[in-house]
Amino acid sequence: MGELAFIGMGLYDEKDISLRGMEELRVADKVFVELYTSHMAGLSIANLERLCGKPVTVVSRREVEEEEGKRIIEASRDGRVAFLVPGEPMVATTHVALRIKAEKEGIKTRIIHSSSIISAAISLSGLQSYKFGRNVTIPFPEERVFSEVPYQVIAQNRSLGLHTLCLLDVLVEKGRFMTVSEGLTYLLELERIKKGAVLNEDTLAVGIARAGSPNPEVHADSIEKLRRWDFGPPPHSIVIPGNLHFMEAEALITLAGAPVEVTNRLVQDRKHGE
Amino acid sequence: MTDSLLAEAGLLSPKIAGEARALDYLEEEQKRGITIKTANISLLHESEGKPFIINLIDTPGHVDFTGKVTRALRAIDGAVVVVDAVEEVMVQTETVTRQALQERVKPVLFINKVDRLIRELKLNLDEIQKKLIRIINDFNNLIELYGEKDQRENWKVDAAKGNVAFGSALHRWGFTVDIARRKGFKFADIVKAYEEERWSDLQKDLPLHEAILDMVVEHLPNPIEAQRYRIPKIWKGDLDSEIGQAMLNCDDDGPTVMCFTMVQVDPHAGLVATGRLFSGKVNEGQRVYLMNARKGYRIQQVSMYMGAFREVVDEINAGNIAALLGLDLARAGDTLISEEYKDAMVPFERIKYVSEPVVTIAIEPKHPKDLPRLIDIMHTLAVEDPNLVTTINKETGEYLLSGMGELHLEIACKFIVEKGLDIVTSRPIVVYRESVSDKGVVAMGKSPNKHNRFWLQVEPLDEKVVRMIEEGVISEDMGRKNIANILYKEAKWPAEEARNVWAVDEYKNILIDATKGIQYLREAREMIISGFRWACKAGPLCEEPIRGVKVKLVDAQLHEDPVHRGPAQVMPAVRKALLGSFLTAKPILLEPIYKISVSVPSQWVGSVTSLIIRKRGRITASSQRGPITTISGYIPVSETFGLSAEMRSATSGHAFWQSTFDHWEKVPENIAANVIAEIRKRRGLPPEVPPPSRFIDEA
Repeated sequence: MGELAFIGMGLYDEKDISLRGMEELRVADKVFVELYTSHMAGLSIANLERLCGKPVTVVSRREVEEEEGKRIIEASRDGRVAFLVPGEPMVATTHVALRIKAEKEGIKTRIIHSSSIISAAISLSGLQSYKFGRNVTIPFPEERVFSEVPYQVIAQNRSLGLHTLCLLDVLVEKGRFMTVSEGLTYLLELERIKKGAVLNEDTLAVGIARAGSPNPEVHADSIEKLRRWDFGPPPHSIVIPGNLHFMEAEALITLAGAPVEVTNRLVQDRKHGE
Repeated sequence: MTDSLLAEAGLLSPKIAGEARALDYLEEEQKRGITIKTANISLLHESEGKPFIINLIDTPGHVDFTGKVTRALRAIDGAVVVVDAVEEVMVQTETVTRQALQERVKPVLFINKVDRLIRELKLNLDEIQKKLIRIINDFNNLIELYGEKDQRENWKVDAAKGNVAFGSALHRWGFTVDIARRKGFKFADIVKAYEEERWSDLQKDLPLHEAILDMVVEHLPNPIEAQRYRIPKIWKGDLDSEIGQAMLNCDDDGPTVMCFTMVQVDPHAGLVATGRLFSGKVNEGQRVYLMNARKGYRIQQVSMYMGAFREVVDEINAGNIAALLGLDLARAGDTLISEEYKDAMVPFERIKYVSEPVVTIAIEPKHPKDLPRLIDIMHTLAVEDPNLVTTINKETGEYLLSGMGELHLEIACKFIVEKGLDIVTSRPIVVYRESVSDKGVVAMGKSPNKHNRFWLQVEPLDEKVVRMIEEGVISEDMGRKNIANILYKEAKWPAEEARNVWAVDEYKNILIDATKGIQYLREAREMIISGFRWACKAGPLCEEPIRGVKVKLVDAQLHEDPVHRGPAQVMPAVRKALLGSFLTAKPILLEPIYKISVSVPSQWVGSVTSLIIRKRGRITASSQRGPITTISGYIPVSETFGLSAEMRSATSGHAFWQSTFDHWEKVPENIAANVIAEIRKRRGLPPEVPPPSRFIDEA
């Protein structure tokens, strides 16, 4: 009976794969990798192949989604298959569809974890994971839809005093990555349309670039100032903080260069929220 | 006939008029003796000492070109309907008269080829008179049938009133009862003139242009008169507004408002947009705005027509026909407005065509290197003739041209060849439609990532609503509220359905949202509509467009995050569910049906009848007029390729026939499977129609 292991590749290069994941790759009969859900700046297929000592097959979105991962499923029927996925395999992806399909067809599946942008961005921000609400992706309006959901999610989270992690759209196939500045402009545009007083140019935000890489960038400031801050190459993410615990305020000031007034402003914010 | 008018205007020498066919300036037109393109001209005519400017548009009579008539009618206020004295009122007469009346264009009648009644049919005076009276009566019946209540009576023609002319365009004579009385002519004099071979005298005594132009001046309205009652019909904006008043009054000082009726690509000048100026003036350098193209322009040049030539002028006033240069996105049917009024303007009513492009050919350049030029020329063709549909499929390398009939396409190909391109064309192919005859199951489709699900159900759309869409009574751009009102009141739809129409597509299908309170559905709406349109473009039977289907979105489940429910996820899911339900709804194939009318001497009636019946046609009426019997009926378009040759051999060339697209009809079941198999083969599809399970997903 075959087996299919979903192996997380982490955020930057092949070294983010756990040792357990590496072991899995070495014994696998066949290795597949998808590179369309996120961009891993330091990853190369050649390095991957050298590390696992066997050829690695790249599968397209079309093969995984429209063709329902046929090639992966077929190979898994009577062999050990490793499927490499950027980040943490089931977080911020829709690969669970493939896992369910494999299990329904009698193929045993497992997950070998690695870091996800969700945990990495939270870590880098210095904010406490307990205080995050729902996360949301800001989509490229012309490629997908001008969605109001990011605004709704931030509004809901802030009304509970919670932080919001906004992932920014990536179109790996087209080489397009949304920047912190574009994401914030999108949010201001929504505020202009919805007029819900959820955020404005002075609202505090945190921009995070290249989480997981050797040279990440984290910076906290007002939306207006962050829009003009150079975060360097992608990928980027945004956090819109809710109420700050004093340790969070200190972390933002010390680790992310936030202006010292954040402490006062956010205390006021909380009072306002009550 | 138009040549005689040109002679009057001094543009053609009187000697060659009648043979020169100046307005038929395409070589192809002169050769075939018919008008193919629409030609514009402005004439100066003096009547009772007063000068009149007459803007004339010569339109083709052949049924394959009715679209051009439709567009020309927007520009003019009156029409001279020409009826052949021998053939009498034909299908085509009916079509153009109906179109004219719908646009509130007032008709007068010219009965042409009277010479043939005398010379060829050798009818006596009494017989001629009977024939002419019959034509006038038949024509008035058309006005009774299609005219509007207010105009019906006033617009009927009457020889005694002088709005019927009789004559011969070939021999360039003609008269109205007025003229005959004034000049002391009787019909007997004309018969006599022919008997004595003195018909050239008639040209001098009864010049055709005088008869026609007098009739035009006397009985057709001037723009100021006509715009009063035409504007409310062709423009749905507020008549009390500044623009409305200016148009009603044909005001030279009002805002500039123009409706384009013809667009041509001139190799030197670029795009030439011709249309009717309903208010204001047009000047070179003026800033204007095109409503459909949504673009502002500066007019580069203003001109008016003189036969094939454009005369550059400084300015043109309201009520006239003008040609403008420099508006590269102008298309027939678009509305032009002075730039400062662009936000206050409501575009003109859409021009509604009576016919559909139902015949297609594939074109290929002989030399592959000519491909880019072929694409260019096909683009030009499509710009100039909105009834010609060009489809360029880069993936399959198919370059398709769809038109009204074989002649329409033949002329288009000639045009390409004249540009110096060698092409290979396929045999004509009929365009089909796919539809359903029953309610389908509620079918679910999943997005490729499996995180979004849509439940759709199809059923036949009531014939009445399909007709309303065809006639433009219902159209997407009229707004949801108006659509709801009409569907509820006139089509008796349940309020719930009428209120929730999301889309009406070009192939006459309707999408209804029947869901309640689904989170994020609003954000997916546009993508769901796109999926619906995509599915309707190519049905599951053989990828022909879907027609006359009511599609209900019954339920949907969407992913929480917007990036996992983008168009690439939503559109395929909606399409699958639609096609899946379609296949369970007793799908049928529809074919285009021509209305056919054949005039033939009575001894061949039997052969014509059996020929039509052998071609799966049916006869609906036949009427005898003297020695000629006219048979009318219906015949599938697919059976008409090469019909000319068969008709000739069945009647030794004595049949005169016309056909025009009439409606879509179910292909008989015993034939449908074969037709579908053939289309699938042509498109390179697997031979078997897929089962519903290919599209329907299980939960």
